Amino acid sequence: MNQTAQDFFEQALDRREVKGRSLYVDAWHRLRKNKAALTGMCLLLVIVLMVIIGPMLNPWDHEIPDWDHYSTPPSLETGHIMGTDALGRDLFERVMVGGRISLLVGLIATLVSLVIGVTYGAIAGYMGGRIDNIMMRAVDAIYALPFMFFVILLMVVFGRNIFLIFVAIGAVNWLDMARIVRGQTLSLKTKDFIEAARATGATEAQIIRRHIVPNLLGVVVVYVSLTIPQVILVESFLSFLGLGVQEPLTSWGALVNEGAQELETAPWSLLFPAVFLALTLFAFNFLGDGLRDALDPRDR
Amino acid sequence: MALLEVRDLVVTFDTPEGQVHAVNGLSFDLDPGQTLGVVGESGSGKTQTALAMLGLLAENGHAQGSVRFRGQELLGMSTQELTSIRGSSISMIFQDPTSSLNPYMSIGDQLVEVLTHHRNLKRREARMRAEEMLHQVQISAPAQRMRQFPHELSGGMCQRVMIAMGLLCQPDILIADEPTTALDVTVQSQINLLMDELSEQSSTAIMLITHDLGVIAGLCDRVLVMYAGEVMEMADVDPLFAAPGHPYTEGLLKSVPRLDRDDSGILSAIPGNPPDLLRLPVGCPFRARCEYAWDRCTAHPELRETEAGRFKRCHLDTLPAADQALVEQANEQGAD
Repeated sequence: MNQTAQDFFEQALDRREVKGRSLYVDAWHRLRKNKAALTGMCLLLVIVLMVIIGPMLNPWDHEIPDWDHYSTPPSLETGHIMGTDALGRDLFERVMVGGRISLLVGLIATLVSLVIGVTYGAIAGYMGGRIDNIMMRAVDAIYALPFMFFVILLMVVFGRNIFLIFVAIGAVNWLDMARIVRGQTLSLKTKDFIEAARATGATEAQIIRRHIVPNLLGVVVVYVSLTIPQVILVESFLSFLGLGVQEPLTSWGALVNEGAQELETAPWSLLFPAVFLALTLFAFNFLGDGLRDALDPRDR
Repeated sequence: MALLEVRDLVVTFDTPEGQVHAVNGLSFDLDPGQTLGVVGESGSGKTQTALAMLGLLAENGHAQGSVRFRGQELLGMSTQELTSIRGSSISMIFQDPTSSLNPYMSIGDQLVEVLTHHRNLKRREARMRAEEMLHQVQISAPAQRMRQFPHELSGGMCQRVMIAMGLLCQPDILIADEPTTALDVTVQSQINLLMDELSEQSSTAIMLITHDLGVIAGLCDRVLVMYAGEVMEMADVDPLFAAPGHPYTEGLLKSVPRLDRDDSGILSAIPGNPPDLLRLPVGCPFRARCEYAWDRCTAHPELRETEAGRFKRCHLDTLPAADQALVEQANEQGAD
């Protein structure tokens, strides 16, 4: 092919697709094609909206019992669309309020573990050698502390507080995150583009911040999507032990526990919170899986 | 004074099997604006030389000797000082362009980052400068390309971006480590053409690491032939190609397929493999593969200047013509 003809073709090709698509636009396009992930996302959106708006539209309060209806099944006549619990409190209201707490715990605790875990793991993995050794042995040491003991200690020292639950769960969960991120960083740091970045004079901090961390995105997203449901479950376990959310405030975990005790007399008080909890967990898992696939720019 | 003076550079790596001697007492100069070709087989220490100069050796690697850039010693320099030189005064481009770019950052961001880091430019100015540079490396529609990601570009495009990145800060030295190895042949020639143009336009000295002698002949002023971490021959390009002074250079030249010579159709190759860098042979490292090896080759030859500006590491003053050597051999056998 002679030079002019080649130029012609190059220009023709260039004209066709020069509009750059950012990673996120690209990822969004791929995510939209993934039915399961999309369903998960819509479901989450609906649940979040319900949890926020639901209590505003509902005439009942989550604390004050309806003295005329104890343990009534769901019915439009009474106005309790999900029925009431043994104390006569509207279940719909309680599920929505509980959802706020559960989702908030999931998000905040995961965020805490995300920030600490990614920073810690990336530094340990990137620095390597002795620093890595010391940092990871510290993680092992914290791992060895019994989680319950740690939470009880926190409660004793600082008193009962919802935010303490966020912190406690986050402070334990970042250990897993740090290990995963460290492992990924170890394999990332031998990649050519890290070497190339170093050759352009990037500092260590810049390399970690601009080159290592963004490349961890795929793994981290999946892990986050698994952590949120896990944290929600841990919270419900804590509530069950009386260490978590306290009455009259509630969470999905606490509601499931209450419902389980009344299974024979009032099955609806288990059914509704359990359905919401399960749907949320499923949605997060599907969404996380889809995000992982969508966020890898090489996978087209 | 030369821009870059490398003296007795020794690079070793500690491995569980023992010490690997990657570079053994390498010395050369690089003048401003010069294009130096470094050629040799895989494992001859070309890349490690370049990495050692920039302090980029792997953790188990050690560099000794002296590398002076504008009279400033680079070996043993603090990381902080080195990062201000890397990418700014000396930049390097790598073999595989597609994996040398961060897949999660747009081309523009990666270019701008180098400028904001070294030149303290504002983002706007940096973007303009980066765009200009992309234009210089003949990338069409640079403004749009800036927003694209590496996976959206071809290998050749990526290498152009890497070259642009290397030249952004107008460095004194550009080290190109086999810039065309990972590209297909037509793109290779485009990139080589581009490198040639850029080296003529700017005062940047280029150290071109390659095993393609054709590229060397087209681009370089001076050639450094490396084998087992040592200089085998160093000369200006024309005299070296006209009359190789070292058997290894001759072997390399013979292994290049040529259209203008009607041979039997079998490409000649240098027999054997490069020596084990864990246990370097005594004497001339090329001895085992050299067709002219004789008694004296058991002694390690010194690098000596045979003509002005022409150095070689061989006991032979001139190479006997290969065919003639065969004839002589045949005659001897006939006489027996």
